[in-house]
Amino acid sequence: MKVLIRRPRREVELPGRRRVREVLKELQINPETVIVVRGETLLTSDDVVGEEERIEVIPAISGGAQ
Amino acid sequence: MKCSTCQGKAAIEIRRHNAAFCGPCFLGHLERQIQRAIESERMLAPAERVLVAVSGGKDSLCLWEVLRRLGYETTGLHLDLGIDGYSPEGRKKTEAYAEAHELPLQVIEVKQETGFTIPELGERTRRPPCSGCGLSKRYLMNRATLAGGFPVLATGHNLDDVAAILFGNVLHWQTEQLSRMTPVRPATHAKLAKTVKPLIRVTEREAVAYCLLRGVDYHEDECPNAAGATLLLYKDVINQIEAVSPGSKQAFYQEFVKKVQPHLAAGETVTLRECDVCGQVTTGEVCAYCRMMERARQTTVRRGRVTRTVLEVPPA
Ligand code: SF4
Ligand SMILES: [Zn+2]
Ligand SMILES: [Zn+2]
Repeated sequence: MKVLIRRPRREVELPGRRRVREVLKELQINPETVIVVRGETLLTSDDVVGEEERIEVIPAISGGAQ
Repeated sequence: MKCSTCQGKAAIEIRRHNAAFCGPCFLGHLERQIQRAIESERMLAPAERVLVAVSGGKDSLCLWEVLRRLGYETTGLHLDLGIDGYSPEGRKKTEAYAEAHELPLQVIEVKQETGFTIPELGERTRRPPCSGCGLSKRYLMNRATLAGGFPVLATGHNLDDVAAILFGNVLHWQTEQLSRMTPVRPATHAKLAKTVKPLIRVTEREAVAYCLLRGVDYHEDECPNAAGATLLLYKDVINQIEAVSPGSKQAFYQEFVKKVQPHLAAGETVTLRECDVCGQVTTGEVCAYCRMMERARQTTVRRGRVTRTVLEVPPA
C-alpha cells in the first residue's frame, strides 16, 4: 500500500494488508495527532487497508506560540 | 467500528468519550459540544453579534462554520501578518470562506497598521517573531472588537492549545498567566473586550475531521515560525499521555479551571488603566504594544543589519 504523509510531504510504501492502527504504529505516528483518509472517506483504527490501496495521513497538530 | 449513535459504519473514534461516530452523527456531536461550552460558560447569548478571529486554518474556520450554523450573527476578523510564503494563503482561504457564505469580513494588515510586517517587527525588536505577533494580535483584535461595537470576540483556541499553554505555565509556575486561563475573559474595563474560546472541548483532530466532513477548505500549512516552538513539544508530550490514558488532556484543563484557577485569581489584584500613548487598556503608564512599537521605530536597518539608534537626551 501507499501512504501519503504530509509535513514534510512524502510517500511511503508498505507491504501487505494492514489495519490503520498497524500502519500508524509502523510509521511511529501517534493516532491522537492525525486523521487518516482513503479518498474522501475517514478511516478508523480498525479499518483494513488493502495491498493496492492508497491512504493519506493528515496532520492535526499546529504549533504557533499564541 | 460502529457509530455509537446510529450503529452505522464509524468515521471517527473519540476515545476520551468512549465513543465513535459516523460522519453525520459526528457533525451533530461536535456542534453540540460547542453549543454546550457556550451555554455552560455563558460565552454568548442566543443569536448574539460576535466578532470571530479567523486565520484561515482549521480551528478558526471550524469555529466560524459552527457559530454560523448555530445562528450567531458573525463577522470575521483576519489579521494579515505579512509572513512570506504563509500569510497570503491563509488570507485567501479566509476571504473565500466569507465570500462563499456571504459573511462580513474585516481584514487588518499588520504592515499597514504598524509600518512593519511580523518578521520585520521581530528583527527590529530583536525578539522572537512569535512574541511581537502575539502581542500585536491581542492588541489589534481587542481594538477592532471595541471599534466595531461587538459585545464579544471569539477565538479558535482548541483543547490541545489550552492544555499545552497550561502545561507550559505550570512547568514554569507562571501564576499570573495561570490566574487568567479561563474559557471566558470578561470585559473588566471599558477598553477591554470580552473574549471567549468556544472550542475548548474540541481537539485539533476533531477540528480537522469537522472541516473535512463539512467540506470547509482550510489553510493546511504551518507558520514557518512555529517549527520548533515549545508549544509543539508540550502538545506532543500531552498526546503521548492521551494515547495511553484517554481523557487526561481534557481533565488536565477542565479540572484546573474548576479547582485551581479560582484560588489563583482570588490572589491577583490588577488595576487597569488607559495607556498614555494610545488610550488602550494597560496596567502600566504605557502599554506593551506602544513600548514595542517605539522600540521598533527607534531601530534602523542598514545593509541587512539591525542597529539601534541611540536617542540623544539633551542635558537638563
Ligand atoms: S507561529 Fe508565531 S509568528 Fe507564526 S502566526 Fe503563530 S505566533 Fe505568529
Ligand atoms: Zn451515526
Ligand atoms: Zn498603548
